[in-house]
Formats: sequence, C-alpha cells, structure tokens
Amino acid sequence: MSVRSYIEAITMALDEEMDRDQNVFVLGEDVGKRGGVFQATKGLYEKYGELRVMDTPLAESAIAGVGIGASLYGLRPVAEMQFSDFMLPAANQIISEAAKMRYRSNNDWSAPLTIRAPFGGGVHGGLYHSQSMEAIFANIPGLKIVIPSTPYDAKGLLKASIRDNDPVLFFEHKRAYRLLKGEVPETDYVVPLGKADVKREGTDVTVITYGLMVHHVLNAAQRLAEQGISTHVLDLRTIYPLDKESIISAAQKTGKVLLVTEDTKEGSVLSEVAAIIAENCLFELDAPIKRVAAPDAPAMPYAGPLEQAFMVKPEQIEQAIQDLAEF
Amino acid sequence: MIQKMKQTAQVTNRHRALGLTDQDVLSMYENMLKARRVDERLWLLNRAGKIPFVVSCQGQEAAQVGAAFGLNRDKDYVAPYYRDYGFVFAWGMTIREMMLNNFAKAEDPNSGGRQMPGHFGYRKLRMLSHSSPVTTQNPHAVGIALAAKIKGDDIVSFVTFGEGSSNQGDFHEAANFAAVHKLPVIFMCENNHYAISVSLKKQVACAHISDRAIGYGMYGESFDGNDPLAAYAAVKKAADRAHRGEGPTLLEANGYRLMPHTSDDNDMTYRSKEEVDEAKKHDGVVTFAEYLRAIHVLTEDVEREMEERIRKEIDAATNDAEKAPFAEPDSVLHYVYEEKN
Repeated sequence: MSVRSYIEAITMALDEEMDRDQNVFVLGEDVGKRGGVFQATKGLYEKYGELRVMDTPLAESAIAGVGIGASLYGLRPVAEMQFSDFMLPAANQIISEAAKMRYRSNNDWSAPLTIRAPFGGGVHGGLYHSQSMEAIFANIPGLKIVIPSTPYDAKGLLKASIRDNDPVLFFEHKRAYRLLKGEVPETDYVVPLGKADVKREGTDVTVITYGLMVHHVLNAAQRLAEQGISTHVLDLRTIYPLDKESIISAAQKTGKVLLVTEDTKEGSVLSEVAAIIAENCLFELDAPIKRVAAPDAPAMPYAGPLEQAFMVKPEQIEQAIQDLAEF
Repeated sequence: MIQKMKQTAQVTNRHRALGLTDQDVLSMYENMLKARRVDERLWLLNRAGKIPFVVSCQGQEAAQVGAAFGLNRDKDYVAPYYRDYGFVFAWGMTIREMMLNNFAKAEDPNSGGRQMPGHFGYRKLRMLSHSSPVTTQNPHAVGIALAAKIKGDDIVSFVTFGEGSSNQGDFHEAANFAAVHKLPVIFMCENNHYAISVSLKKQVACAHISDRAIGYGMYGESFDGNDPLAAYAAVKKAADRAHRGEGPTLLEANGYRLMPHTSDDNDMTYRSKEEVDEAKKHDGVVTFAEYLRAIHVLTEDVEREMEERIRKEIDAATNDAEKAPFAEPDSVLHYVYEEKN
C-alpha cells in the first residue's frame, strides 16, 4: 500500500493492464513521447513502444473511430481525449457507433474500448478546458460512463473499464489529478462498474454526488459533524447507467436529499437522480430534493473572479446541508 | 473513361493478362447478375407493399464485384456501405440472407431486423457493421488495419463509401490517419455522381475524388466503375501495395446510380430520363455480358442456366424470408450491453 495521487493511480491502472494483456493499447494526442499533457501516460511509451502508446494526428473523431475499429478486431484500446471539451467532434463515433455496435449487429459485434477524458473546472481553463460533458452522453443506452472520486477508485474503475466488453467513457477530474492523494494498493484489484459507493455513513441528510464534488462534500460533512449534523454521502461512481438501488436506499436512509454536481443545473445527471427518487420513494422524503450545481450559463469564464462565481463552492454545499438538516 | 465493348469477333481477352480464368470472370458476372436481379426483385416487393424500403445497387455492381475479387476473401476485413449488394454477394452473403435482411426478419445475420436494409455487418465474414450516418465506417476500417499491424497480422482492410460521403470529416480524418501510419487500408469511393439529389459538381470542385489522395500523401487512382476487370486490377494493385507495407490507397470507381436514391425518392425531380438512359448504355452488367459473349465465355446455354439458377434462388429466398418470423418484441431490450449467462 502506498499513497498516490489521482493521476498516478490512472497511470498505474494503464501500466498494469498493458502489462497483463497484450491487447491493451493507448492512443491519443501527445500520449507518446510527451506522456500526455497531464502526464497520465508517463513512462508507458518507453516501456511499451510507439505502436502501443500511439501519438495520433489531432483529430478526435479518428481517435474514437480508429479505436472502435481496433476494438472490433479484438484489441482493447484506451483512447485519450486531451480535454473532454474537445470530444464533441467524436460524439457521432461515440453515440452512433460505439454505443450502438452491439445492439445494431444483434450481438454479432461489440466495441470494448475505453475513452478517457479529463473534465471539470477550477484550473483557469476558460470555457473550453473546464466543462463537464457527462450529461451529453448520459442518455445513450449502450454506453457506460464512469467518474471516479478517489485515487483508489480511479485505479480500480479504470481497470474494470478496460476489461469491460462494452464502450466506457471514463471522465477524470483534472483538478483532482494532483489535489487528491490516497492509499492505492499495488495489487491487481478492480472496482465494479455500475455500483455507487457510500463514502460516509450518516443519519440526518443524504448527499448524492460524484467526481471532485465528493471531496468537497466530505469536507463539508466533516465540519458539520462538529455541529452535530450527520451526513450520509453516496458517490455515484458510474453515472450511466445509474445504480438505482443505491440511490433509492441512500434517499430513504435520511429522507432529506441534497444533489451536488459541478455541471450546469438544468438537465444534469442529477436531474435523473431526482426523478429516480421521486418515482420510487417520494413519500419517504421529509424535505424537497435540493440541488447545488453550476449556473445555467454556457461554460465557466477564464478570469479568476468569474471562474469563482461559476464554480460550486464548498461553502454552498455546507450551507445547503445545514438548511436541509434544519428543514 | 468508359470503355465501349462491342460484340464483335475482334474483342480481345482482357482478363487472362490479369491472371483471371474464364471461370473467375463467369463467377464475377454471376455475382453482378445476382445483385441486379435481387435488386430488381426488391423494387417489385416494395411496390407490392411487401417490404417498406429499398436502397438500390443498380449501376454499381461491376465495381463492387471486381473489388471483392481483388481481395483475399478468406482473410481480409471489409466495411461495405449500403449499396454494396454486389460486393457482399461476392464476399459470401447468400441471397437468402439478403432477403432476410430486406424483410427485416430475426434470422437476418446483419442485424436480426434491427437496421434498415443494406446496413451490412457479418462477423463470420469479417464484415464490419455499419450505420446510416455516412463515412463513419472509414475510421473503423483504419482501426482494423492498425490492430492488425499491432498484432503483426498480414491483412488488408477495405472500405467503400460514396462520393458525397467523401466530403465528411471522418473521410478526411481516417485517410490522414491511415497515411501517417502507413496502414494497409483500401478506401474505395463508389462515385455514382449523386448524393441523393445533389450532383457531383455541387459536391466537389476537384476533377476526381482520387485527386484528394495526394493531399494525404497516399496513392490514388480512378477507374471505370462499369468495368469489373478495371476494379479488380485497381484493388489487386492496392492490396499488393498494402501487403508490401506501402500504406493505404484511395480508389475511385466512376459509375452511375441508375435508380433513385431509395424507394422513397423520385429522381425525376432532379435529373432527366435522357441522362439516365444515356448512362444505361454503359451499364456494367450489360457491357460485361457483351464482353463475355464476344470471347465465347458466356454462351447462350450458360447464360440461360445462370439466369434460371438465380431466379430460382431468389424465388425460394423470397418465399423463405417472407414466411420467416420477426424477432420477438421482447428482444428489443436485448444486447444493449453484454449479457452474461
């Protein structure tokens, strides 16, 4: 066991899977010699060579589409989109092709590729290096979407994604890369897809969230515990398809639900979480479902104060939990 | 470009020099004829209200069949597009399977009735599944070639698309990727001069689609799409280059779409009957038969027998497919993801 950063956990997962299975290979922009702009593929080019750690032309649809083709041949490609904001040119390949390959061929073909993409704000990234893209892909049956919140989960979920026989979008919070550190076993373990995880047990208020927001919520819960408020925290981990059972039982646990995302509010993944709760356990709620999210503005601006104004802040989360506790 | 083959004693044997036997060219013709006769039957079935939709191959059979013969039909991977009836027959799909596909029945090997007709895909034949947004299959074909290179397998990856499709970003991204990594891909554009109603001149400003090859640093060539021997020669040469590690090739088959875009289209709203009639004079199915007759390979007996064999097979396949069951309604929920037992 050793303490690793979130990005080191990603690199470990890639390295272990490439070592374990000759069919696993990485492709993307700057993933080779440079080791990725965030260094997620650091050292892999030297270890596995340029065919298995392939620098591609700057063309996202080809990165996804060529990855799909290689997966049809029986390989397990891990395609990197340099920033999730840049993956929209690949959206047709992801939505019309990868997600529908198994279905449209009546189970004859499948596309077991993983697409990794850094997302999220708070890094002075401006409109196009800060977005949360998950909601765009979160009503596409055939796709799985994974967003880890800790280094431990990042390694285990990435390994599970690579081994999964269907296409997986794997979003990594770029601010989490070096901010979050935690115990990551050197052993070969996987964290199952499709399962949410209770990150903190509590009795007064339930918070359902994912990604970097889990970190902010846990910090808020820690502070509120000193005031006698007990917070239950559910980390979705796989945000599509959702783990409905865990969502329902987490909501039932306290009867007061706060949903937190750094994505813009309307039509976010949490809108679906709210619908699941409303459909299944409305009468067990003691307060209206509350959401904390980014404002419905196109994307976060570059200038510091504007970026701050856009971002979900830890104080907002703390206040919302407190309001619900007192409701 | 278009060779006129007259039924005269002076016609010389063109296929022997390409290494093709009389049996090979007869087999080519039979596959072309199969595609034509199946296509004709599909229009009848559509107009009789038995099938809701037809997407037609007529006019493009020669290039399709010639291309298939230029590849290794036991090893290579292919991504044919929705007009490639001639190609998929030459590649091993049966008329029965084609009819099941057009009747959208459960037994259809392409998609079990999930996709519209002509959206081919057959893993047993190393034929990729394709969708309706055009040219999305091009990057897949490149991915196949890349995977084969990583695994050290000596295969060719072949993909077709229309000239309208050659304007899509995926065409460009795939071609560039394949060229940069010198991958064994053959891109074959079936230029039928129409993207639904929009004619070639409104689609591209270059003289030939194959002219685009130079921009990618790959070899490009155009050939007469009505001549299966020209298609065979061009594809064979491209495959040889691929095997030698010389990278991808962009081919262009110059042809013509004889029928409307689909059974839902009326082509007389955008082109004239005279134009279509003129194109019919160069129809590959007709001109190749003339060639084979002139060199005494397609005798009257052989031709009659061939037509009869195909007609019987189409009759039986149509009957079978019409009677075959649709997939169970519950199956609509199956195979969204892997189903583990």
